Amino acid sequence: MTMAKAKQVRPAPAPSGARLRRRSAVERKKNRAAYLFVLPFVVLFAAMLFIPLVYAGYLSMFQVRIIGGESFIGVANYIRAFLDPRFLEGLLRMGVFLIVQVPIMLSLALVFALALDSGRVRGSRVLRLLIFVPFAVPGVIATLMWGYLYGNDFGPIAQVARALGFAPPDLLASGNILGSIMNIVTWSFVGYNMIIMYAALRSIPEELFEAADIDGAGQIRVAWSIKIPAIRPAILLTVIFSIIGTFQLFNEPSLLYRIAPDAIGVSFSPNFYAYNLAFISLDTNYAAAIAFLLGTVIATISYIIQHFANRSQRSEP
Amino acid sequence: MTSTQVKSVAANPPHRGGYSSERRRSNLLTALMWLAGAYFVLPIAWLAIASTKDNEDLFTTFGLWFGTKNSLWENLVSVFTVRDGLYLRWLVNTILYAGVSAFGAVLLATMAGYAFAKYNPPGFKLLFSIVIGAIMIPLTALAIPTYLLFSGLGLTNTPLAVILPSLVSPFGVYLMRVYSADAIPDSLIEAARVDGAGEFRIFWQVGLRMLGPGIATVFLFATVSTWNNYFLPLIMLNSSELYPLTVGLAQQQAASAAGGGSQALFSTVITGSLVSIIPLIVAFLVLQRYWQSGLATGGVKG
Repeated sequence: MTMAKAKQVRPAPAPSGARLRRRSAVERKKNRAAYLFVLPFVVLFAAMLFIPLVYAGYLSMFQVRIIGGESFIGVANYIRAFLDPRFLEGLLRMGVFLIVQVPIMLSLALVFALALDSGRVRGSRVLRLLIFVPFAVPGVIATLMWGYLYGNDFGPIAQVARALGFAPPDLLASGNILGSIMNIVTWSFVGYNMIIMYAALRSIPEELFEAADIDGAGQIRVAWSIKIPAIRPAILLTVIFSIIGTFQLFNEPSLLYRIAPDAIGVSFSPNFYAYNLAFISLDTNYAAAIAFLLGTVIATISYIIQHFANRSQRSEP
Repeated sequence: MTSTQVKSVAANPPHRGGYSSERRRSNLLTALMWLAGAYFVLPIAWLAIASTKDNEDLFTTFGLWFGTKNSLWENLVSVFTVRDGLYLRWLVNTILYAGVSAFGAVLLATMAGYAFAKYNPPGFKLLFSIVIGAIMIPLTALAIPTYLLFSGLGLTNTPLAVILPSLVSPFGVYLMRVYSADAIPDSLIEAARVDGAGEFRIFWQVGLRMLGPGIATVFLFATVSTWNNYFLPLIMLNSSELYPLTVGLAQQQAASAAGGGSQALFSTVITGSLVSIIPLIVAFLVLQRYWQSGLATGGVKG
């Protein structure tokens, strides 16, 4: 229907010269407008994403010495990172986080979305907002708040434990801190993920349910074999975002570091480590290498997951 | 009434959704869900209750119930007067950074998303794939090189250092592309062209009008991401008069935890935190109709 389509369909035999010229003039005008529309975004995109990325890559291959200044060292910073137990432990910790926290968070989000969508819960409109509200609380505030809640001084968890005659659990001890941070992240993001899934559930076409209606299939069967497959793209979106978010963990460790420095350490997450390297140890070149590596890890894992998801979708009957 | 009739009545525009020929409420499910709801609300309730206590009550009374007297007003006064009303500056800064960034991000993302949906000149496919690929780049990984580049340009410790990087929202472009493709019929654009309207006028007068919920969604989420950002302002800004709330409150909390100066800071930090989360919660509640439908489009086509 559009001109572009019409042009593609009709191949060589040219219309009269004048018409062709007029049409291509219209095309040119349209193309020019299109480029102008994206230009402001593309300029800033290049300045704020592309150039820093290239610059990080450049920086990561140099080393600064007090005597001798800047010198090219190739991939030495990367080799150093691969042998650096602090970086590797941080990466591993985020791996554990990914395997434990992300499935818990997304399962909760999915179960809540399905429950609210089923129409069997009283007050579901209010509940939907209650579960979502933590997303509007900045990560910094959420961490401050949970930090107080976990704390021994006036935290209600410790108060309840003492009232019941238990010793209050030390939720900020090094053995518990990862779990405590997982709880903060879960609290903050279940609602956001739930809303994405819920929105997708609401827009499943009616026809998909008709067969189940005739079958008399139960709610759980319908959820499992119709609803969940139907909102696959939305679930994939939440998985990818969660992976990106997990590896970028920064706010929670950096704030809790102040109240529990020993449990957190300077390299709790790769991002926190890169920050400390750049701004405390002033080793920006090595920090750039860590940041670059971290970006590569995230992009690779996201790519693999997408690849898998697309493949298994195609192989379905 | 047969079940099909029930369905066609309920299937009006905002999708009835779901499979529920028997719309029975379940007590068990309701109870479980409200229990879950309590988990999400209790911390905020605690924050609100703690804001009514002075330091003594904070340490001596139960956290989830009120103290011996109501000190909310005193706490609010102290939030806004400590260090010559620095908190107010942080609040204004936050609104400024988030507002300007979100406005710019929406404008750029809407123009680009609309163009990606409605035009197809050479190179657009590749360009769009690059933009989508960029969603995977962890922004915090770019913060350190950006800081170094900005400091070379003398931009660090200025509002621009926080605003410029926040203007780029690849996910916003993606969302606006999906939304434009959905909401604006090609025939309408074609008709406007026949009427002799220029491409920019078509976008401004025909396109923008139909993109309302999409724009509201991107605006709200861009506001949230700048409002909540901590890492970027933390590394970019040095002077506390330029801080947004997140960095300022974190600094105050560090001072109170270290016991520096007065103990009164605890209740000041807690009340300041409560005040800082109210604007966004209100914005989400007021605009819920828009962002929920905007997100639906993005999620479905994702």
